[in-house]
Amino acid sequence: MKDTDVRQGTLALMVLKTLDVLGPLHGYGIARRIEQISGDLLTVNQGTLYPVLLKLEQEGSIASEWGASENNRKARFYRLTRQGRKQLQTEARSWEQTAAIIERFFAVKGEDVK
Amino acid sequence: MSLWRELARGLRGLINRPAADRDIADEVEQYVDEAAASFEARGLSPEEARRAALRELGSVTAVREQVRAYGWENIVETTLADVRYAARRLRRYPIHALVAALTLALGIGASTAIFSAVNPVLFQPLPYPDPQRLMLIWDGQGGSRLDVTFGTYRELIARNRSFNAMAVMRPMQPTLAGVAEPERLDGEYVSADYFRVLGVRPALGRDFEAADDPPYDPNGPFVAIVSDTLWRRRFNADPTLVGRQILLNDIPVTVIGIMPTGFENVLSPQSEIWSTLRYDPALPFNGREWGHHLRLVARVRPEIDLDRASHELQEIAKAQLADFERPQWASLQDGFIAHSLQDELTRSVRPALVAIVGAVILLLTIACVNVTNLLLAQGASRRGELSVRTALGASRARIIRQLLAETLLLASIGGALGIVLAHTTVDALVTLSPPELPRSGAIVVDRTVLAFTAGLTTVIGLLVGLLPALNGFRASAPGGAPQQSTRIASGHQLTRRSLVVVQVALALVLLVAAGLLLRSVQRLFAMPPGFDPTERLTMQVQVAGQRFRDAETSHRFFDSVLEAVRQVPGVTAAAFTSQLPLSGDEEAYGVHFESTPPAAAEEDPSAYRYAVSPGYFAAMGIPLRTGRALDSHDGAGAPLVAVINESFARRRLPGLNPIGQRLHIGPNSGPWFTVVGVVGDVTQTSLAVTRSDAVYITAPQWRFSDNARWLVVRSQADAAALAPAIRRAIAAIDRNQPIIRVATMEERVRASAADRRFALLLFEAFATTALILAAIGTYSLLSGSVTERTREMGVRSALGASRLDIVALVFRQGLTLTGLGIGIGLGGAAVASRALVTLLFGVTRLDSATYAGVATLLLLVSILACAMPAWRAARVRPSVALRFE
Amino acid sequence: MDAPNTDVIQGTLDMLILKTVSLEPMHGFGITRRVEQVSRGVFKVNPGSLLTALNRLERAGWLEAEWRQTANSRRAKYYSLTRAGRKQLEEETSSWSRRASAVARILKAEA
Repeated sequence: MKDTDVRQGTLALMVLKTLDVLGPLHGYGIARRIEQISGDLLTVNQGTLYPVLLKLEQEGSIASEWGASENNRKARFYRLTRQGRKQLQTEARSWEQTAAIIERFFAVKGEDVK
Repeated sequence: MSLWRELARGLRGLINRPAADRDIADEVEQYVDEAAASFEARGLSPEEARRAALRELGSVTAVREQVRAYGWENIVETTLADVRYAARRLRRYPIHALVAALTLALGIGASTAIFSAVNPVLFQPLPYPDPQRLMLIWDGQGGSRLDVTFGTYRELIARNRSFNAMAVMRPMQPTLAGVAEPERLDGEYVSADYFRVLGVRPALGRDFEAADDPPYDPNGPFVAIVSDTLWRRRFNADPTLVGRQILLNDIPVTVIGIMPTGFENVLSPQSEIWSTLRYDPALPFNGREWGHHLRLVARVRPEIDLDRASHELQEIAKAQLADFERPQWASLQDGFIAHSLQDELTRSVRPALVAIVGAVILLLTIACVNVTNLLLAQGASRRGELSVRTALGASRARIIRQLLAETLLLASIGGALGIVLAHTTVDALVTLSPPELPRSGAIVVDRTVLAFTAGLTTVIGLLVGLLPALNGFRASAPGGAPQQSTRIASGHQLTRRSLVVVQVALALVLLVAAGLLLRSVQRLFAMPPGFDPTERLTMQVQVAGQRFRDAETSHRFFDSVLEAVRQVPGVTAAAFTSQLPLSGDEEAYGVHFESTPPAAAEEDPSAYRYAVSPGYFAAMGIPLRTGRALDSHDGAGAPLVAVINESFARRRLPGLNPIGQRLHIGPNSGPWFTVVGVVGDVTQTSLAVTRSDAVYITAPQWRFSDNARWLVVRSQADAAALAPAIRRAIAAIDRNQPIIRVATMEERVRASAADRRFALLLFEAFATTALILAAIGTYSLLSGSVTERTREMGVRSALGASRLDIVALVFRQGLTLTGLGIGIGLGGAAVASRALVTLLFGVTRLDSATYAGVATLLLLVSILACAMPAWRAARVRPSVALRFE
Repeated sequence: MDAPNTDVIQGTLDMLILKTVSLEPMHGFGITRRVEQVSRGVFKVNPGSLLTALNRLERAGWLEAEWRQTANSRRAKYYSLTRAGRKQLEEETSSWSRRASAVARILKAEA
């Protein structure tokens, strides 16, 4: 937790959201989109992204197929499945809940406790 | 973050485990108390509160364990526990452990010994600063490596830009006189920059300087640098030696420096003393300055790479300048041949070393396979134990770690034993090794070698443990109840059987190698040397010193010696020769016949020159074919005569009668010799070389006197015993002339095949070990198999199978494996034999007789290995077997 | 912990511990209670993980531990924040904020 590497769990969430917003996309596009929107607060590298994509695919949240990228290279495109859409909703909710709780933690002052 | 804290806490955990445990227990206990209190606050009774708290916690022990498990000290603890447990297990089955450890010790020991021999040659850099910048340079005339001339050296020094320094050298063999025992020393004449090229300076005194190398002046002064070993050996490490004079060849020479201890002269390992060349810079063409007899070593500048330096040499050779006149025989028209010193050193022995390394790897593999099989066999009986341990909560990772700890411990014991083994054999290795083995002085079991051994041992331990650990892993799978699971058993069997097949195959490869080498050596010694080596004693007698600069005196000395030696009782014949067959001498000259045209360009006109005393042929047992032998009439002033060998005559004078033909020995400006006789062929360099053209003349008829001659003495019986008497006879003539290299001709014949015999020795040792290991492997596999299948045997027997049937069963199992192994091994040997090609003689690498013989041997041995288990199987009584459960 | 986003929580456990202890020295169960309070029961702390984490943080030099006598003459281990721990907390907090706002941005984004 010492730098802005993205953690596995949140990464899965962001991948699902990205696919939800942008539609089918290849791995590189997903990574760049996340970095772009986050204003470069996060860096996503290949090593962390692809295991997450693999796991999501195994779980059935996303599906992949071969297609051609912008520069006509062969690339694997991922899209959200219906199950994935549902998972996105649950995960997003639970993230917000978690984030809210953690915010509360930081808001707590000495006097509030006892 | 805080290294200190990590260390401190961990150490506390290690040293004071009970206190650390108490802390954890107290903390967990207090946690439960607080949890219970909070439940009480919600209204539960104290007992209910406590129960609720414990329920939420889960298991107190589990939590304690979880907290305890954090920290590096745990790894240390568990490792120690593993090792202790492993040691206990090994003690339970001491014989198994011993056999396994010894087997590994053999493999690791052999590997270590060979590595220590190979290390200085192949891996270690030469013991000089920046050794990769040192190059050896030859005159490349005719495409072969020819020693350079002094003139060439002078030209290169003047014209080159790529080299820091260059030096030339040639052998020197002065006699150390003025001491109790005169001794002929081995040394070199060198140019002043010699040690600078190498980059080593004398430890005491000073190095040579240009002022020490002026043109030769018989009045001196002469200087020399001695080696550390000579200094200790003959001068008792006396520090006042520097500046003192010693007598070399009756000439006073000042010692100016002493080389450091451990200075290794790879260019000339035997050299103990160096002096300057003192060549004449005027370089008269007929002087020795223009003879090809100097070796050239040079150091390349740091900023230039060797290829460029080499390239510059070729350009210098091509572009002849007026300032540097070159005689026709040193025209450098074929350029130079230059190689790095390191490459040169390994070039000649690399093939043999590679073959030996290959053999060691095979042996190591066989040893590992054997031990793996042993452990697998043991593993079968441990299945029950492992399942129980799993049920008790041991994680699979832990179990595997423990199994590996066992094999690592085993390997460590084997490794330690192996180092001891290597230590003892390394000395033997060095003694037995052929003299051509470079840097044999550097063969030692040192830190690098030990590091190699440690690494090898670890790898072996893990490798060997892998299969048994995996099997243990399978056996400890949850639900693997302690019973005979046939599926696991057959999986085991397949692995073990394949391993035995591998062992047999590898053993076959080694045996084939040994067999091929054995036949090579046999064939070699079956080659007729051309002379009769039985009961012939030889020694080299040298005259040194000012007195003998006159040829007359020299000849008279040798004549007197001959007379005196002939008087010694037991001597039936005695003679001198300037060059002795199989002595390592290779003195050859171009021989040109009058009546045949100059030999075609590719035809090598050289022949070995022998300056002999009358009676030489009889003394050596060389048969005379036609004409007459040389006799006492052929002295100085008489017509010059020569004798040549028959194949030389046949080849160079086809269809002509050789008697009466005239020839030149050496340059055409020399005198004509007339052939008066033809003798049988004699081998000079080695039994393997079939062509040895020779020309014999009498000593007085050569233009200068050969001052080092070989005395050949034939005796009725036990020639070797005559040595002391002959020495005394010679000493009576002149006690100051050293007599060296005393040996019988039979010994020389044997020594001439030293490198092959050395390789043979190694391979024989490895092959025998491999054979024994393979036999043991087969035996233990079958033995174990019979034990496991006792019930089956009983059933078969009860169902009517005869003893013979049972025996046949076991044999069939064993021989199938052997057969497979032999089949694979034959293929492997066919491929592997390529590595041996340079060592073979008289046998092809696919020699069918050898392969067939080895296969038969293996078959016989495995029949033997099958015999005992088969006999045991046949004795199984159905009633006992069926009760076995 | 049993929150849905388990590895998120696990990643922040250290931070939560440091923050909790930054207010006042606390023992293990106290931290558990605080976390469950603030999260209104959503975060459930596993005692084993917590105590191990405390051990780890102490070895890392971010927490200081001292034993105190409890009412029934047992001893309790109290943890407090060290100066290095305070710095670590600040770093982790700002790092978390950065990440959380990045993720929030992504979740809000429409295209």
